[in-house]
Amino acid sequence: MVAVTDATVRQTAAQRSTPQKGRSPRRRMLVLNLVSVAIGILLWWALSASGLRLPSPAEVAVRGWELLVDGTLLSDTAASLTRVLIGFALGTLVAIPVGFLMGWYAWARGLIEPWVQFFRTIPPLAMIPLALVLLGIGEEPKIFVIFLAAFFACVISTFQGVVNMDRTLINAARVLGTKDAGIFLRVVVPASVPFILVGMRVGLGAAWATLVAAELIAAQAGLGYRMQNAQLYYDLPTIFVGLITIGILGLLMDRVLLFAEHKLTGWQERR
Amino acid sequence: MTATTQLADARISVRHVRKTFDLKGEEFVALGDVSLDVADNEFVTVVGPSGCGKSTLMNILAGLDMPSSGEALVDGDAVTGPGPERGVIFQQYALFPWLTVRKNVEFGLKTAGLNAKDRREKAEHFIDMVGLGQFADALPKMLSGGMKQRCAIARAYAVNPSILLMDEPFGALDALTRVKLQEQLLDTWSRDKRTVVFITHDVDEAVYLANRVVVMAARPGRIFEIVDVDLPYPRTEEMRLSPEFAALRNRVWNAVYHQNP
Repeated sequence: MVAVTDATVRQTAAQRSTPQKGRSPRRRMLVLNLVSVAIGILLWWALSASGLRLPSPAEVAVRGWELLVDGTLLSDTAASLTRVLIGFALGTLVAIPVGFLMGWYAWARGLIEPWVQFFRTIPPLAMIPLALVLLGIGEEPKIFVIFLAAFFACVISTFQGVVNMDRTLINAARVLGTKDAGIFLRVVVPASVPFILVGMRVGLGAAWATLVAAELIAAQAGLGYRMQNAQLYYDLPTIFVGLITIGILGLLMDRVLLFAEHKLTGWQERR
Repeated sequence: MTATTQLADARISVRHVRKTFDLKGEEFVALGDVSLDVADNEFVTVVGPSGCGKSTLMNILAGLDMPSSGEALVDGDAVTGPGPERGVIFQQYALFPWLTVRKNVEFGLKTAGLNAKDRREKAEHFIDMVGLGQFADALPKMLSGGMKQRCAIARAYAVNPSILLMDEPFGALDALTRVKLQEQLLDTWSRDKRTVVFITHDVDEAVYLANRVVVMAARPGRIFEIVDVDLPYPRTEEMRLSPEFAALRNRVWNAVYHQNP
């Protein structure tokens, strides 16, 4: 822990105590964001009107509406989200204890780290051919590669969180009479939460990216499958609807985790 | 010159403690042959240049580190780990940043198995003692350095240790806050006596607080001289400015800064 000078305390206190002043720049940022989006859509429109083989925003909106009404968009989204959430949840669930084990026990680190370091350099997508051969073409290979993507992002981060934690906090707990189990649960775990959440955000991003690619290769439903299918029929509006949906969902999931991060790690001193 | 004192009824006895570290294959002697006795309810300050091993000595007394040879005894028993009778206050406060002031102070009480109601009452008492009543539900990040250290002091006091080990507790604070906390510490100590070993690099602080000032020397870390401070308690501002204080201060200063090995 770094000693915080009075100046920094005053500074952060000042930042915190001026929500009134903070509001107007925030609103200005929002206006700028909206202007930027509007300009982007206009450019897109202009490009599609200029004879480039792009669907216009209106065509995409209409197709989006059609897909929404006939239920395809929802069932595809549900299929994709289910896969990503199962894979992500499993990956995180395994990664957190493994990360703690590696950070806490030198022997566990020695045994596990070579495998983690080796396999995390292999893009999860590169595992798809193997997964298809070993696990068939059902849900399992897709969930498996998503699991890998989430697992490696989260395990490294959790491990770093334990290794980098402030040793004086452990000493402080020890001199207050706390034994190993208590130190782990009451000091190491809370101190690692910020690292775990960062790992989860990176892991979710990786899982989402991997999912869509996995669906492009072998699936009977899902956003990636829909786009792959549309490609066969030169159906550009459907591809656009897929891309936009993937982007929006990814953004939403990231925001949910970001919100959780703010709620759970608000105690951190921001430097 | 090696100075040692042997007391018949020592609470803390350091007997021929030696501590070496392996530094890139070479043996680094953090503590040479250190022996020191601290009496019950005594306030001892330890001052010395950096590298004299004063923090190593503190860690050994706290049970966070073990001597390479020799032993540290508390009430006649060899120290093998931290114990509830020894409270430790760290320079970097070491507050749990995710816990409020109240929960920080309750931490050791929870370890001791007190129920929620007793914990809260006890914590309340010590939070008031250090004057943080208004900030009981604040997180450490909202506190200034001085307030953080007061919270750490309340946390240490809450488990009621009879020995307080303080490792440069006011070292990171500005001069004004430091003087204020020195006053508060002495005030608390004189009302509710405990045995205190207080590490510092500040000669003024060492003399102002102590019954005895232990001056250490570096390379190897050892006790250089022990200076008795025969000023009565309570110590006052006038005392701080008195010629007697100045004489003691000069003596300690010379011992720290003009050590002839």
